[in-house]
Amino acid sequence: MRISKAAAAAAVAVLALTACGGGSDSDDTGAAAVNDDATFEAGTTMETLQKAGKITIGTKFDQPGFGLKGLSDAPEGFDVEIAKIIAAGLGIDDDGITWVETPSAVRETKIEDGEVSLVAATYTINDERKKRITFAGPYYEAGQQIMVRSDDSAITGPDSFKENSALKVCSVAGSTPADNIGEYLASKSQLVTFDVYSKCADALRTKQVDAVTTDNVILLGLVGDSDGAFKVVGDTFTKEPYGIGIKKGDVAFCNYIVDTLKKASEDGSYEKAWTETAGKVEGAQTPTLPTADACA
Amino acid sequence: MSVITNNFDLFFQGFLKTLGICIICLFGSLALGTVIAGFRVSPVAPLRGVGTLYVNVVRNCPLTVVLFLIAFGLPEIGINQSYYVFGCASLIIYTAAFVCEALRSGINAIPAGQAEAARAIGLTFSQNLGSVILPQAFRTAIPPVGSVIIAMFKNSAILGAFGVSGDLLSNAIMLTSSRGQDPTPVYLSIGFFFLLITIPAGLLLMYLERKAVILR
Repeated sequence: MRISKAAAAAAVAVLALTACGGGSDSDDTGAAAVNDDATFEAGTTMETLQKAGKITIGTKFDQPGFGLKGLSDAPEGFDVEIAKIIAAGLGIDDDGITWVETPSAVRETKIEDGEVSLVAATYTINDERKKRITFAGPYYEAGQQIMVRSDDSAITGPDSFKENSALKVCSVAGSTPADNIGEYLASKSQLVTFDVYSKCADALRTKQVDAVTTDNVILLGLVGDSDGAFKVVGDTFTKEPYGIGIKKGDVAFCNYIVDTLKKASEDGSYEKAWTETAGKVEGAQTPTLPTADACA
Repeated sequence: MSVITNNFDLFFQGFLKTLGICIICLFGSLALGTVIAGFRVSPVAPLRGVGTLYVNVVRNCPLTVVLFLIAFGLPEIGINQSYYVFGCASLIIYTAAFVCEALRSGINAIPAGQAEAARAIGLTFSQNLGSVILPQAFRTAIPPVGSVIIAMFKNSAILGAFGVSGDLLSNAIMLTSSRGQDPTPVYLSIGFFFLLITIPAGLLLMYLERKAVILR
């Protein structure tokens, strides 16, 4: 008994030590300096948030490289860093941010209900969504690509699916990539959907499907984890401009975000946000800030 | 409401696909459930053992676990089928355990004298089961079997989260996430389309029960 207790204590100590080691890494990821002396016009969203000194931000908790929540309290990723830059410009530091998980299906609703001030969650700007919310950005432009098994040479791009209707492709149910790939299929039954990409990768490994499709950044992460079992083929065939979702019609807030992103791109904090998160994946190219859409 | 009228084709296709799954699984689970019930009342001990094991294992496993084991386990050992086939197979295997038990309650309701009389006039076990016991058992078991079948219709929604696309649930997920529609009207309509399947099924069961009931 005595020995096993000692062993347990030692194990706990080791765990505690490793936990501390992991924690200290995240201290130096803050990309932007907190702007304490910014002034905003009275009555704007910025002024309200600045006065409150805190902000609620929606992001994804299951998107490696963009918004991923592990055992630590706060999520990590490019979306998260971009949101921190926006908050920092309002004089709000990391402690003042409350993170809320916003999976794809509830993003518009959470913005409309005022539950979050903004959503940064691999949020593709499109016209359907613009009917309900306003997008600031884009801050990044992803593109959809195809991932196959390394020994597969039958699929060269999205058009391969129309030529051979026996080929199956997997994506996440309800995602924009799942919607987009529909145009390239000979029949609807070629599309297989799951709730997460890890299940698609598993189905690809066991040959249940012949390809996985989604935004290039996510695929690079999956290829990186596959020990050479998967590869990405063909060029990107869509443009997925990621924007920050805010309440519909809040033009002043939108302009503020666009300006803040521009500044971040000039002072290097945009690039730093990338290289410390999604940019760590092998083969990922550092983006330049895309030209922002007009705020409406 | 415009969500529904604008995307009616999606809802309708999803409805047809879900209805198809329901019909396949209805016949599949009734057939398999009857066979397992036959096993459970069989005079052959090993068959009884198989039947008991099947019911107790499958009935105590959540449907998602059964689906997971079939959809991800079978490809691992080299059995590759479409997720539609895997999904229907899982739903049939799962529901059959409940159909079997509902049917066995019907069998138990039949006075022992009937089986004894059938044996006395020289019927074999399968003749006894097929001509005397099961026809009466089915009539007695309509209400519990009916509840199991209606639960199965609703369970079919889970297939949409397991690789099957184009059914009611997966179309709803598509509308609410990639097309940014308000979830409330979308899921209310999904509920309505499920009622279109389950309420007529319930009425049909009530009719069958009135027709077939054996008063004891």
